[in-house]
Amino acid sequence: MATVAYGPNLTRTHAEITSDVVATLSPPSRGYLAALFGAVGLFLIGLITFVMLLKDGLGHAGYNPPIMWSVYITNFVFWVGIGHAGTLISAILYLFRSPWRTAVYRATEAMTVFAVMTAGLFPIIHIGRQWIFYWLLPYPNARYLWPNFKSPLIWDVFAIGTYLTVSTCFLVFGLIPDVAAVRDRATGWRRALYSQMSLGWTGSDNQWRHFSRAYLYLAALCTPLVLSVHSVVSWDFAMSLVPAWHGTIFAPYFVGGAIYSGLGMVMTLLIPLRKVLKIEHLINDYHFDNLAKLTLLTGCILFYSYSMEYFVAWYSGNTFEQTTFFRRAFGPYWWAGWTMIICNALVSQLLWFKKIRTNLTSLFVISIFINIGMWFERFVIIVSSLSNEFIPWAWDGINPTWADWGILAGSFGWFLMYFLLFARTFPIVAIQEIKEMIPMPRRKGTAGGHH
Amino acid sequence: MALKLPVPRRREVPGVLASFEHIDAACDAIRTLRKQGRRNLTVYTSHPNHEVEAAVGHTNSPVRLFTLIGGLAGCTAGFAMTIWMSRDWPLVVGGKAIGTVVPYVAIAFELTVLIGSLVTFLGMALLTFPRAVRKVAFDRRFSDDLIGVFVPASVSETDKLSDFFRRAGAVEVRNA
Repeated sequence: MATVAYGPNLTRTHAEITSDVVATLSPPSRGYLAALFGAVGLFLIGLITFVMLLKDGLGHAGYNPPIMWSVYITNFVFWVGIGHAGTLISAILYLFRSPWRTAVYRATEAMTVFAVMTAGLFPIIHIGRQWIFYWLLPYPNARYLWPNFKSPLIWDVFAIGTYLTVSTCFLVFGLIPDVAAVRDRATGWRRALYSQMSLGWTGSDNQWRHFSRAYLYLAALCTPLVLSVHSVVSWDFAMSLVPAWHGTIFAPYFVGGAIYSGLGMVMTLLIPLRKVLKIEHLINDYHFDNLAKLTLLTGCILFYSYSMEYFVAWYSGNTFEQTTFFRRAFGPYWWAGWTMIICNALVSQLLWFKKIRTNLTSLFVISIFINIGMWFERFVIIVSSLSNEFIPWAWDGINPTWADWGILAGSFGWFLMYFLLFARTFPIVAIQEIKEMIPMPRRKGTAGGHH
Repeated sequence: MALKLPVPRRREVPGVLASFEHIDAACDAIRTLRKQGRRNLTVYTSHPNHEVEAAVGHTNSPVRLFTLIGGLAGCTAGFAMTIWMSRDWPLVVGGKAIGTVVPYVAIAFELTVLIGSLVTFLGMALLTFPRAVRKVAFDRRFSDDLIGVFVPASVSETDKLSDFFRRAGAVEVRNA
């Protein structure tokens, strides 16, 4: 039976790959249940906070003029960004035929969908009267009013809506052959669920013929989409005239940062998950080394972007820009500004060393720094810029309240809850794509010619 | 209680189903059958394989037409919606013209991707589902590691085909 060296220290047959992935769907371990209960607990904290906001209004949150975009919009940008690494790995690296993506892309794709689901909650929470959020959509109404399509906020509605729909479509589509493989070994409710989800998939030549092309086209459509989504999010800021927001660098800077933050979250999730699901042999040092290299690349893009922001502020000779950036480093939010620079631009430079890239404990610690740093990046961009606009007498700060932290905790719970449930219900490693890398056995005993 | 959803009635297709362990043996058998004039073969694999594709002799999938039509429809809908809605209630914002194309590119682009993706998914379902409704013999091991070749055949042909498959290296042959 043919085997393949799939990264270091792994040789598996086709049948063993199916068995390995099916084993992840067996009854959960204590570690998994503890993580799930923790996630549900966090979600309940967020839910109670949200109910309080619905009942009493946004007064509980720490808004303070002129800072009328604060923690909730920070969370929104943070979670949208998390999703980007998933699409990069699942769609862009697919077009590049990158072999290491196969083991990790399903988990990252699921992460994308749940992160965008989480992000989508924040504009709704932030608008205050959450029950009329549908006013953002273009629908015929009694006042004959339509949305202002020149506003980047409406572009955002379309960008996030499209990103969520297309990412979900891409995830469900890619799952079809794998769900069918699991269906053929499952019993009870799982068999019923997988039978419906696999849409009668049998793996016939005709199905593969259409599936392969459709998957390629979906990947090709997702590639510009992922670049557009965070560009549109960045224009929420860059289209305004607020100092430190009004920069042409914002779109590439946001896209680079989004992928960087997403890669951080991928490592935070996968390093413990591979242990809990006992798939260390499927997702190993080889994959983390490559993830770390991508993290290093995007970390360098951020390093460059941060440097350029400060340089352009100085070079522009614009007092407002210069003041804002000076106060970012030495003003009341200096601690947030330096957290962002240290965690994102500096900590990522440790990944130049192979020993660190292949040491999972170090990677996990670095990934936590990345998550913290990227949340603070959005906090700094939003809060520190708004806190010192053009009129010095209006300068002020915010003190985030329990309502801000409660919703933030709830968002982590909401995201982790869905991710963990997905990991136990569906194949978290793509069965058919890993099998595609293994040469098929030959009667004549020669190696397979298939890549 | 198990979930029960309506399933279309399946039409059974009689024939012979052979299982192979080796890709070269399966491809040789497929090529020989095609040379004999049998075009209506069904080949099962656990993952896509270029050798099988070449042996079966598939042409390009027409799913790309769905992607193209969906994408163009989305782009057209994006520009049409934004321009028409702006003109329907002319609201001057920031002194800008009413129907400005540049800011609407963002909406049109998103709708190109959205409709293009959904129609691609729909196209794939339409192209594969009618065949999935046909009850062609199948074995669960095909989604694992075996390669399956199904040939529709009348009862009089089955013995001859079974012999052919055994000689070709099939590990299992059965009438369906």
